[in-house]
Amino acid sequence: MAEVISQPVGHQHGHDHAHGHVDQESLKILGFWIFLVTDCLLFGTLFATFIVLRTHTDGGPTGKEIFDIPTFIAETFILLTSSFTSGLATLEMRKNNGSVQRLIGWLIVTWILGAAFVGLEIKEFTHLALDGATISRSAFLSGFFTLVGTHGLHVSVGLIWMLALMIQVGRYGFTAVTKRKIYIVGLYWHFLDAVWIFLFTVVYLIGVM
Amino acid sequence: MLESIKTFASHFFVTGDPMIYGADASIVLVTVAILFVLTYFKKWRWLWDEWLTTVDHKKIGIMYALAAILMLFRGGVDALLMRTQLAFPNMHFLQAEHYNQIFTTHGTIMILFMAMPLMFAFFNIVVPLQIGARDVAYPYLNAVSFWLFFFGAMLLNLSFVIGGSPDAGWVSYPPLSELAFDKGPGENFYLLSISISGIGSLATGINFMVTILKMRAPGMKLMDMPLFTWSILATCIIIIFAFPVLTIALALLFIDRLAGAHFFTMLHGGNPMMFINLFWMWGHPEVYIVVLPAFGIYSEVVSTFAKKRIFGYKSMVASMMLISIISYFTWTHHFFTMGSGADVNTFFAISTMAIGVPTGVKVFNWLFTMYRGRIRLTLPMLWTIAFVPCFAIGGATGVMLAVAPADYQYHNSYFLIAHFHQVLIGGVVFGYFAGLYYWWPKMFGHVLNEKLGRWSFWFWNIGFYVCFMPQYALGFMGMTRRLYTYPHGLGWSSLNLVSTIGAFMMGIGFLFQGAQILHGIKFGKRDTTGDPWDGRTLEWSLPSPAPHYNFATIPQIKGRDAWWTMKEEMKQPGYKKEPVHIEPIHMPKSSGRPFIMSVFFFIAGFGLTFDWIWMGVIGAIGVGITLLARSFEYDTDYYVPVDEIERTEAALGRL
Ligand code: HEM
Ligand SMILES: [Cu+2]
Repeated sequence: MAEVISQPVGHQHGHDHAHGHVDQESLKILGFWIFLVTDCLLFGTLFATFIVLRTHTDGGPTGKEIFDIPTFIAETFILLTSSFTSGLATLEMRKNNGSVQRLIGWLIVTWILGAAFVGLEIKEFTHLALDGATISRSAFLSGFFTLVGTHGLHVSVGLIWMLALMIQVGRYGFTAVTKRKIYIVGLYWHFLDAVWIFLFTVVYLIGVM
Repeated sequence: MLESIKTFASHFFVTGDPMIYGADASIVLVTVAILFVLTYFKKWRWLWDEWLTTVDHKKIGIMYALAAILMLFRGGVDALLMRTQLAFPNMHFLQAEHYNQIFTTHGTIMILFMAMPLMFAFFNIVVPLQIGARDVAYPYLNAVSFWLFFFGAMLLNLSFVIGGSPDAGWVSYPPLSELAFDKGPGENFYLLSISISGIGSLATGINFMVTILKMRAPGMKLMDMPLFTWSILATCIIIIFAFPVLTIALALLFIDRLAGAHFFTMLHGGNPMMFINLFWMWGHPEVYIVVLPAFGIYSEVVSTFAKKRIFGYKSMVASMMLISIISYFTWTHHFFTMGSGADVNTFFAISTMAIGVPTGVKVFNWLFTMYRGRIRLTLPMLWTIAFVPCFAIGGATGVMLAVAPADYQYHNSYFLIAHFHQVLIGGVVFGYFAGLYYWWPKMFGHVLNEKLGRWSFWFWNIGFYVCFMPQYALGFMGMTRRLYTYPHGLGWSSLNLVSTIGAFMMGIGFLFQGAQILHGIKFGKRDTTGDPWDGRTLEWSLPSPAPHYNFATIPQIKGRDAWWTMKEEMKQPGYKKEPVHIEPIHMPKSSGRPFIMSVFFFIAGFGLTFDWIWMGVIGAIGVGITLLARSFEYDTDYYVPVDEIERTEAALGRL
């Protein structure tokens, strides 16, 4: 982070801090980092609730009974790969001779993987609901759907956001602003990946054990 | 058809109470009057251009302050209604259910829609000026925060005449607040209005943290920052760590109510204590969120009006940081009686008492600053002096409450009510009043009348003790909180009557302040110097009110009390004014989108309140579209040309 802040992406015009000019793009990156801290706390609170309630199944299905191992392994694999491809996209942007086309290409790959992840999750949720394992069946399931669903919602928001950014980079090429935006969306995507690793462990792995 | 409209209307509009019809009528009248005045004087354009679309932090601050003062009025009327109901035994002034709604809205409004926005008003009005910045880090986001607060507050206030007010207390504990026990839309109003404004609060926390860390004028080291700015930094840290927890607590309760989940229900494995823990993990830090800025204000006021540097600057900073950390480790003192066992209670009892230590350090520092100072008893100083004993007593009763075994006696009694009002009024409200008087000239360019202010001061202060001291005794005598009436012969009657008289005295104090504001608008003495108090910090180096770009040239800071140091320098014999070199100033453009986006938030919130999913979806789509529109906007700032700055500065006599 320190490196990014001190060398803001695509620093265009020479600034003179003595005249009260603060570099807008690095400022926004710092703000986004703090936003991620708050998002961490948000997920942390959901995790805490889930952990307290995970045994409160009220005679309903337990994690062991409902979690489908191939599905969540596939989800994990897809999301980790998408994190890698989004990293390649950011790398493309930071290269000296990076091309907009290649960047958009990697973003499209990332997008498709992300969409596949959301699709699998929707499929998992509908299956569960059709089998009677709904959000209102037990406190455990309330916690499960809310925690996993919140993550899925984050991923979906990221997808819409990424689409908007692809259009913008296509239109304006690499500028200080588009570079900052690409950098931030990449950060967001890695963050969601990190959260998923916790989800995978705390919800699914411990759940099926 | 007509029948179904009738049943819908009687469910939709609150009916059956003359007071509510009165409120209906007055809301309609006031709305019509506002619409008429705006149209008659052709002020619509002005309202939109100057206020609704502004991203100027000073104007946003003023809107926060006005909204908060209105909410203080609303919450105050609620308080007087409750005290009227309790004045005599067996009163039938309010129905039991109505009483529940009133104490709920009173508490919610006072904490979330009065204290919080008034605090944000000070963030906005003071912080950028004090650190020599032209703006906050994210001006557009700042406008979003304000409008989210505003429409959140509107949503809650609407519940009084539409749908029905929440009635499960401002803490809204489940299972009482669950669907099974609380059908009405009131509880939804509570959850959604706080959630919407809470997003804004969190954004403000991030915004000002970055502003303070990154936007300070060159030369201003962290340890040169004015203590008020320090207090805001500490507050922002707490906001960032506490508000996400509240968001989740409220969201989970809402999911329980909307989707039939079982986080906090009694059946199907839910755990109500979970909510109570989460609520107070935010709730306890919240009281420090609102009181730390007041501490910052006292520090500024004391050193200005005692004409001395603040005593023990470093220990002041350290104690604020300590408070912001310890405040996370005390939340369980709100439910010692839950039965979590002696070990847990001991830990939280000790941590609660520990917080008194840094707070005590601060009080002594203020006293030492006053000691041998040349004290001027202006209104801000009077409120600061009144704060000291009031807060000291409040702190002492707080330590009494922190003794876990004893708390089994005081818990949820009037002793508690007296304690927290003593710290909230004596600490927070007195402090914010001091701040309003202190910075009023900077906000509006005129000084308020002292005489009216003194009347208000004495009514508030005497009224305070008359109102709340008897409540300590009532608590010991067994009177519990949220009690709507009581029979004869318990020995409570005369104390309750005295308490009500005190409440009305505070009401009179508030009226004097209203008169003071009106008087100020008409006859207020203009502040032409920009420095009416002979201040020490940078905001007093600017004209009152400051031009929209704040500083024509950014000052170079050489240490603490920056403006005082500069004034001393100017008094030196050989002092030569440096030639002013003006350059174009980079400023953000106004935008109507924060307002429009918040309207969509309001639409979504209103729809979900009534379980009208379609309306919730429309609102959410509107929010999404406005967010995307912002993402596609690249032309967001402009430069103020040099000749415009020169003209403005010349008109202010600064060139
Ligand atoms: C101006 C004078 C005020 C008066 C006369 C007053 C009076 C009252 C009364 C009568 C109650 C209800 C007690 C009960 O029946 O349980 C109450 C509750 C409360 N008040 Fe105030 N109040 C005042 C100012 C404030 C302020 C400034 C704040 C906060 C900044 C505040 C926060 C609360 C809270 C949080 C509750 C608890 C509500 C609940 O139980 O859900 N009050 N107040
Ligand atoms: Cu507390």
